[in-house]
Amino acid sequence: MIHSIIIMVLVGIFAGVLGAILGIGGGMIITPVLTIGFNLDIKYAIGASIIAVIATSSGATIAYLKDNVLNLRVAMFLEIATSIGAVAGALLTGVINPIFLYILFGLLLFFSGLNMIKKIWGKQVQTNATSNDAIAKKLKLNGSYYDKNLKKQIDYKVTNVPAGLTVMFGAGIASGLLGIGSGAFKVIAMDTFMKMPLKPSSSTSNLMMGVTAAASATIYFFNGSILPQIAVPLALGIILGATVGSRVMQIMPSKLIRIIFIPILIYLGVQMILKGFGVNLLS
Amino acid sequence: MSNQNNVKNSQAEQKAENIRIEQLIGKIMRIGVIISVIIMLFGLVLYIVTGTTGFGSHYYLTSFSQLLKGIISLKPYSIMMLGVFALILTPVLRVVVSIYSFYKEHDKMYVIITTIVFIILLISFFLGTFLHL
Repeated sequence: MIHSIIIMVLVGIFAGVLGAILGIGGGMIITPVLTIGFNLDIKYAIGASIIAVIATSSGATIAYLKDNVLNLRVAMFLEIATSIGAVAGALLTGVINPIFLYILFGLLLFFSGLNMIKKIWGKQVQTNATSNDAIAKKLKLNGSYYDKNLKKQIDYKVTNVPAGLTVMFGAGIASGLLGIGSGAFKVIAMDTFMKMPLKPSSSTSNLMMGVTAAASATIYFFNGSILPQIAVPLALGIILGATVGSRVMQIMPSKLIRIIFIPILIYLGVQMILKGFGVNLLS
Repeated sequence: MSNQNNVKNSQAEQKAENIRIEQLIGKIMRIGVIISVIIMLFGLVLYIVTGTTGFGSHYYLTSFSQLLKGIISLKPYSIMMLGVFALILTPVLRVVVSIYSFYKEHDKMYVIITTIVFIILLISFFLGTFLHL
């Protein structure tokens, strides 16, 4: 018992550090580790990972709020779309076959990995300081943050708000269905569609994940999906890891971390898809 | 010229407003996280010491009154679940404090936006807690 508790805490620390840095939920790491590594029923893995997402979000957000990295208005506005999506997704869980969950989750991992590769080889996205988007202006979404790596204040403008909102709704549905924060989708919505710089995108994604996950967490809380002996040591490890990760992220170029993370994402994605088809590589 | 200054002033004002709101929310969230960590740690230690969750392996929570009963009889399962519940509440707390902060800064539009998010959260709580979906 002590043995498994210690492993859960360590997995949590690892997931918390990476989750806080990349703006993705611990669920990305936790669900595959629990189902593939521990052979836990996907129902309990999803329950644990939704708690993991909230732990990552709250742990990381404390530091990001203190240092003014994230964009609170962007988060609040887009949360309307994600939380509606999350409720819809959670309601669909009982209806959909777990095989589809595995395959959907695997594809999600796989494409997030591919997207990160594109980011690294794609040309550096220029910070958008000139755009004059009417919706962004009306909603006061434009922001500013201090980059500790570049050692300067960066002002940025937000554009394509409707497209961002649509991607966020999809992210919400995926989140409720799979028990993940679907942070990768959220980062893509802000970074790629709305042209926000990566660090505010990632930290704002972290903030939003908590509310998205909370919108479906109570549904899991009373249906037996949460095993506290697994979720609690995980959450404690994650809060510790996310606190560290949110400080590390601000001083380092995230490009390096993406490079380390890509093969893990793609490998786990393929594993989940195969498991959905009934093939188990590890056993 | 004066128009330009006005724009600059309102931008500076908005930045200052953002910082005030973020600091307050950050402080409240820190308190929420610390409380849930303390409860979870207590439950986990109790679980390790007693070597049992206090229930059979097929037991699970279906209501708040069950949770309360378990807490009163110091069941490790129930105390850990209380910590988990406190953790689930931290993002919700963040939304509530945001409504108050935007209100204090006279930002009506964001009071409305944040209230909508809060209402959706309440609906999801209702679905999960009372309808057991």
